[in-house]
Amino acid sequence: MHRKHVKVLEDVLDANGTIAAANRSDFDRAGVTVVNLMSAPGAGKTTLLERTLRGLEGVRVGVLEGDVQSTLDADRIAHLHVPVIQINTDPGFGGECHLDANMVRSALPSLPLEQLDLLVIENVGNLVCPAEFRIGEDHRVMVSSVAEGEDKPLKYPLMFRACDLVIINKIDLLPHLDFDLDRYLSNLDAVHPGVERLLVSAKTGEGTDDLRDWLLRSATREAAPA
Amino acid sequence: MHELSIASAIVATAEKHAGGSAVSAVSVRAGRLRQVVPESLEFYWGIVTRGTVCDGARLELEVVPAVLACADCGHEWALGEPNFRCPACGETDVAVVSGQQLEVESIEIEEEEACIGSM
Repeated sequence: MHRKHVKVLEDVLDANGTIAAANRSDFDRAGVTVVNLMSAPGAGKTTLLERTLRGLEGVRVGVLEGDVQSTLDADRIAHLHVPVIQINTDPGFGGECHLDANMVRSALPSLPLEQLDLLVIENVGNLVCPAEFRIGEDHRVMVSSVAEGEDKPLKYPLMFRACDLVIINKIDLLPHLDFDLDRYLSNLDAVHPGVERLLVSAKTGEGTDDLRDWLLRSATREAAPA
Repeated sequence: MHELSIASAIVATAEKHAGGSAVSAVSVRAGRLRQVVPESLEFYWGIVTRGTVCDGARLELEVVPAVLACADCGHEWALGEPNFRCPACGETDVAVVSGQQLEVESIEIEEEEACIGSM
């Protein structure tokens, strides 16, 4: 018996990347724009979707819900009469804390991709792991609520750097919190300089028109012939 | 928290390159920007390797510092605090020189000695 050194030099997440590319090519073929929506638990992703997807005229939307357990979020979205699929990650080690490309791939046959312009994939609430796993999305969007504190960009740079849009939610709470918005924005710019950001309240609806515009632009831009 | 999935992915990568042999060590390079917690990865490594070709294998983890370069003035610096603005000129157009990788660098496998010239 002897020991042999073998050079590998392979990305650890290479297998996930391959499946993500296969998802992406299915999405492109169907002409659907895919948004990977990420946040900490309780930042308001589902409420924001309920508020924003209502009134998104002229765009056919589908939603894929990722949670460790339950169909609570999918049940809420189903009231909007849009196609919705729930993925539960619990068969893993106490439930995976993120969606990966393969979990999304396994759900695709249940979605009418050809009949959609926009697919929103609501990831499991978590500020670390979802940033690590590409799922074939066009855009990575995160919701960051003011109730979480202004230090979060500095604590979770991987997530804040991974996204193209930061939705700052729950601004209706600003009068009640010791939250310094300027300091938050300065922290955000230190970690991801100039990243696009929107200030919204999923509760009052403030700013959600801008989010609807962003989604409309994304959905129509991707659908345009190259 | 993502260390469990990363540990599983390392086992899968090692298995792919081991050609059926037992693996005695795996060298992994993780960039600082990937936020991998070494103690956590080591903990999950002990669990996910059980019953695989990596059972009992050493995990050698090298954490690679984050180095950034300013596209504007060319200044290069090691990132301490998460501040991605150039400390020399204040510009935001910076490139990550290193610290973003997460790769299996090499593995060490145990092979049977070939039997040459046996009687």
